[in-house]
Amino acid sequence: MRGTPPVTACQPANPWLAYTARIHAVRDETPGVATYDLMFDDPALADGFTFRPGQFNILYLPGVGEVAISISGDPHDFSSVPHTIREAGNVTHALARMREGETIGVRGPFGSSWPVDECRGKDVLLVAGGIGLAPLRPAIYELLARRDQFGTLTLLYGARSPDGLLYTDEYGAWRSAGIDVQTTVDRAHTGWTGNVGVVTLLLDRLPLPRTNDTLLLTCGPEVMMWYTIQAAQRRGLPRESVYVSLERNMNCAIGLCGHCQFGPEFLCKDGPVFRYDRVASILKVDDL
Amino acid sequence: MTAAAESTLNSETFLPRDGLQKLISHLSGDGFTVIGPKVDQGAIVYDEIENADELPRGWTDRQEPGRYRLERREDDAYFGFVVGPHSWKRFLFPPRATVATADRTENGWEMATPDEPAPRYAFLGVRACEIAAMKIQDRIFTGGSYVDPVYQRRRESAFIIAVNCTTAAATCFCVSMNTGPRCGSGFDLALTEIAEGFVIEVGSDAGSELLARLPVTPATDEQLSHADDERQQAVNQIQRTLNTDGIRDLLLNNLEHPQWSDVAKRCLSCTNCTMVCPTCFCSTVTEVSDLTGDHVERQRQWDSCFNIDFSYMNGGIVRDDVRSRYRQWLTHKLASWHDQFDSSGCVGCGRCITWCPTGIDLTAEVAAIRNAPRAKASVATETVTPQEGSA
Repeated sequence: MRGTPPVTACQPANPWLAYTARIHAVRDETPGVATYDLMFDDPALADGFTFRPGQFNILYLPGVGEVAISISGDPHDFSSVPHTIREAGNVTHALARMREGETIGVRGPFGSSWPVDECRGKDVLLVAGGIGLAPLRPAIYELLARRDQFGTLTLLYGARSPDGLLYTDEYGAWRSAGIDVQTTVDRAHTGWTGNVGVVTLLLDRLPLPRTNDTLLLTCGPEVMMWYTIQAAQRRGLPRESVYVSLERNMNCAIGLCGHCQFGPEFLCKDGPVFRYDRVASILKVDDL
Repeated sequence: MTAAAESTLNSETFLPRDGLQKLISHLSGDGFTVIGPKVDQGAIVYDEIENADELPRGWTDRQEPGRYRLERREDDAYFGFVVGPHSWKRFLFPPRATVATADRTENGWEMATPDEPAPRYAFLGVRACEIAAMKIQDRIFTGGSYVDPVYQRRRESAFIIAVNCTTAAATCFCVSMNTGPRCGSGFDLALTEIAEGFVIEVGSDAGSELLARLPVTPATDEQLSHADDERQQAVNQIQRTLNTDGIRDLLLNNLEHPQWSDVAKRCLSCTNCTMVCPTCFCSTVTEVSDLTGDHVERQRQWDSCFNIDFSYMNGGIVRDDVRSRYRQWLTHKLASWHDQFDSSGCVGCGRCITWCPTGIDLTAEVAAIRNAPRAKASVATETVTPQEGSA
């Protein structure tokens, strides 16, 4: 039987039960994207909610609906649980109209996680596109918190335009803590002095001295991940060293509703993070 | 337990025809809501029953691809039919069920899950393929990391009275799926109907306890022989087959087979096959608010991979044509189900064939692919190519 067992004590006996959480703070990130810091009303949960990098929560707005959102905070910071959200559907639109102090429901955390432990002793390459940096940020925090366990750390991050780059005020601290952060944009505007072009251009010129001891973690639009993986494979990175985070329609998050099926996988409980060789064959089937 | 009951344990017993009412009455008396077959709107459906008279005595069903008709039998058998559009899934996994609630309070939203006791069902007339379907849904709803409490509570308290098929429809292929026609396990009592009554096997202590209160006698050799004959009649009538040899790899290696486009010309994407399927489990939870908006119920209702918005995501629909939706349904049912739940998702009941408005027959679709497999494998290949329309 497939599936990852629940990892935290926060999982209720009834998986349909959402816990009340309060919007503690809202930070605008990029146009149409904001980060919502949530705090659970239940003190035991507020102190005890743990997750692994790459996992997601289901956020619930009563009367509107639920939406699956990756957790974008530091796994070791228990003060609040941040979710970086792009306004895209009815739930996220309604959320954008809510204010600090208002309550929503939260179920989670759900799903598989980035293989941070497997990264020990290896060089780690993170490649993100657009909002895809949000599910990777907890992994960045985790890697930096245990910096001496890893070889070189590199983040290659692309966005459509400079104002689409997330978390720009953190790059300085990340670099100081020991990760090479490189950004690129599809379209520059006046004042942008950085790279222009797709993220694989950054990858093509990156030294990869230890291809057999390098792990690639990537999250972004599927087509971006495709070309990233192709570029990495051309450089000799084995497919077993690649991890992707995938997205499909999610409704229940507990493997019961059938919506998020992708070939034999339930993205909600077998994913969203997969080792690439597990899903490589089905990723190239159209409309699956 | 009485001495008479002990003597009937582990051996088949005989219940005369008029004992059926006592069986129903005892179950009702024990607090069960008895669900059984009855004729409604030209079909045999499952509904609450109180009397044996409500059963479809003397009726049978004639089924073909895209066709279902009730006909009079020459005898007045209670269970002389096969399966209709309903399955027991509608009671264990209700078409509509509240899974959670939310109430607005001065302090914000408070969430809860319903805790009213689940109905205690006794199912009368469960066929072998339907027991197999329940075992499959058990693995979906209670066998994984997360247990669905709606299903679990109904399932745990259900009393199962199986009935062995004595006739088969042209759409039946349970033998191919190794699920029938004889009930092997998963029941409290199993009945085989013969002219003068029922030969009964016991499948559980609860079944044994109920049997002890019925006017049963040890089955005679003649009665046992009649029961064998009746069951064999069903076996003999099953003509349809599905070759399941290597079916998982066959389908997953033919995801680009032209047959998917062919069936898409006939498929209306109407969802009938998924609604009548006893194992299909897809659902969607929707918000149902009262007029004030202060009380919200989260209602789960059956959904289908044939609905166009089922795969809607990020402003796009992943399975945007009938070809991809039919492929999803069939490859899930017969192939990737093995990966997910260690069994096929098909029990060979034939409902999807009968209730398809255009008579699409999944056994024929699989045969078409098997007879003209494409070497262009999808799952086995290693090469990476970008998806069409990407970049």
